[in-house]
Amino acid sequence: MTDRLSTLDAVTPTVWSSPQMQARIRRRYRQERLFKYTGIAALALAAGFLLFLMTSVISDGWTSFKQTEISVPVVFDPVRLGVTAEQAKADPTLLRRANFPGVLADSVAKAHGDEVEIVSDGGWLALREAVEADPALIGKTVPMWVIATSNIDQLAKGRIDLDADEGDRPVNDAEVAAWKRLEAKGDIRTVLNTTFLTSADSVDPELAGIWGALKGSFLTAIITLLISFPVGVLAAIYLEEFAPKNRWTDLIEVSINNLAAVPSIIFGLLGLAVFLNTMNMPRSAPVVGGLTLALMTLPVIVIASRAAIKAVPPSIRDAALGIGASPVQVVTHHVLPLALPGMLTGTILGMARALGETAPLLMIGMRAFLTSVPQGFTQPATALPVQIFIWSDNVSRGFVEKTSGAIIVLLLFLLMINSLAIYLRNRFEVRW
Amino acid sequence: MNDLSPTATAAPPAAHSSLKMTARNVRVFYGEFEAITGVSIDVTREDVTAFIGPSGCGKSTFLRCLNRMNDTVAGARVVGDIQLDGEDIYSPAMDVVQLRARVGMVFQKPNPFPKSIYENVAYGPRIHGLARTKADMDGIVEQSLRRAGLWDEVKDRLADSGTALSGGQQQRLCIARAIAVNPEVILMDEPASALDPIATAKIEELIDDLRGRYAIVIVTHNMQQAARVSQKTAFFHLGTVVEYGDTREIFTNPKETRTKDYITGRYG
Repeated sequence: MTDRLSTLDAVTPTVWSSPQMQARIRRRYRQERLFKYTGIAALALAAGFLLFLMTSVISDGWTSFKQTEISVPVVFDPVRLGVTAEQAKADPTLLRRANFPGVLADSVAKAHGDEVEIVSDGGWLALREAVEADPALIGKTVPMWVIATSNIDQLAKGRIDLDADEGDRPVNDAEVAAWKRLEAKGDIRTVLNTTFLTSADSVDPELAGIWGALKGSFLTAIITLLISFPVGVLAAIYLEEFAPKNRWTDLIEVSINNLAAVPSIIFGLLGLAVFLNTMNMPRSAPVVGGLTLALMTLPVIVIASRAAIKAVPPSIRDAALGIGASPVQVVTHHVLPLALPGMLTGTILGMARALGETAPLLMIGMRAFLTSVPQGFTQPATALPVQIFIWSDNVSRGFVEKTSGAIIVLLLFLLMINSLAIYLRNRFEVRW
Repeated sequence: MNDLSPTATAAPPAAHSSLKMTARNVRVFYGEFEAITGVSIDVTREDVTAFIGPSGCGKSTFLRCLNRMNDTVAGARVVGDIQLDGEDIYSPAMDVVQLRARVGMVFQKPNPFPKSIYENVAYGPRIHGLARTKADMDGIVEQSLRRAGLWDEVKDRLADSGTALSGGQQQRLCIARAIAVNPEVILMDEPASALDPIATAKIEELIDDLRGRYAIVIVTHNMQQAARVSQKTAFFHLGTVVEYGDTREIFTNPKETRTKDYITGRYG
């Protein structure tokens, strides 16, 4: 004992104030500062990118929620229309076949000349609505607000460079002159773009809408959630709580982890082969899209749910087993409620990824050009990201803002779904 | 429910009337490793039986055989004969869930459910269908909390979370939870090792109060605790029972040198 003490005494005490120690402290402080600043810089860079993206998307896209209308003195000529006021009153269905496009074209030509194209191909729908409401309009000349063409729309929104040569811009000089005339007379106005929010795709940018794709996404998401959440959670519970630990379950675990990293287009091919070619399910349908995305989302949910189950302290299981709860009761009464918030987080992440997914949907035909809004799970539909992809591919000037507009809608849609999920998750957390 | 005399499912022989559980030549394997190498012990109905011994000697492992909690450990295998009232608890006819209700357990670390105090106690009776009405359940909860010496401290906040209690209170809540299903045997795995001396004293007092109602088996590191609370003591070492007998005998007049060395603090 005494020997050991004497050797301890021989050790020189540490001089904490020595220059070497001081230098060491300074170096440590410097490293800590550097680490902190690097972190802040990384955060600033990320925020900058996000800001740039949002600014770009919003400045390009916010105008897609506005639409230009022009006032045209419409001559409701019964001869050109093919229907008289009396006939229309007696049988309103005749108006379905009446030549409103011709009437509108004549009226525009009369007011602005033959060579200008300022009114949308779908502008005549406003005329029919008006006459359906009041057949007495036939035979009169009434000023009416109709949707302008995309080119006039872009012109009014200031997105066309008028200094360019006539051949280099989408509007000719006559159309520019007509626009200036309309502006001078106050016969042009900007309204909320209800078309964009309520219709499906169209070849004309001014008639194209996001609702078809939004609904398609929504229907697809429902299927994805209904399949992947229960299956994923049950698979995770079985693997964590009941499955024996052997080579087979190891293999399954490795497979699931690998599936989570498989490129999404592969899942698209799988969906194409299994659901369309083998099971002969309807092409382009949300049900197939949902099933395909569910396959893609499953591994993510299984992995997140297993992590959530693993995080439940084993002492809770012991406690429940120790008073005679059966394994299933342990899971349903204790493990599941505690793991549910984590499972929901995983599901949110998986669903967000699925909703933003384009490639697998392309493979199963959900990129079709569809001018009608899907009415059910088996009707042809497209999805928001696919719609963005299709529009971004379009050469027409008007689709540029539609693309950004669709991106805004997609981001809002994701934000909404995520907020809902976070709200639900917090509610479950409060209960415990 | 209120009759607390142990239920005699298979009437044991008169000569062994006080025997609640018997273990004969029990061996436990974790894979290839033999953690318990032939343990034979009797648990008597009216006594507190203490298992003492150094860390890793197998006393907790053996305790967990008595209500088959080792079933949940992957790779664990139990060989030998353990009987509860003359019934082999490892026989295929034995229902594990019912066994664990009859042989309750209190763990080393207090592990209340993250639910209200009331729910913690009511959970066991509920899953076993021991209460028909809300009033029945209220009665069971109150009685269990009273027996665990916790009622006066928590009666005004039964809706509070069980995890909000202090460590000692949590452990007594866990004891109340075990009592609530009306067990015949209570196994305690170092129930006071995570508690301060005052809370420990309360637990020991409680064990003394519960003695006679339930056969109690307690694993402890603390030899003074074993001496204070138990009537029977088994000294475990390296997977076997070195000596088993009356606590007074073991502590005052051990037959084996190893027991004597351990009790006098030579090792362990």
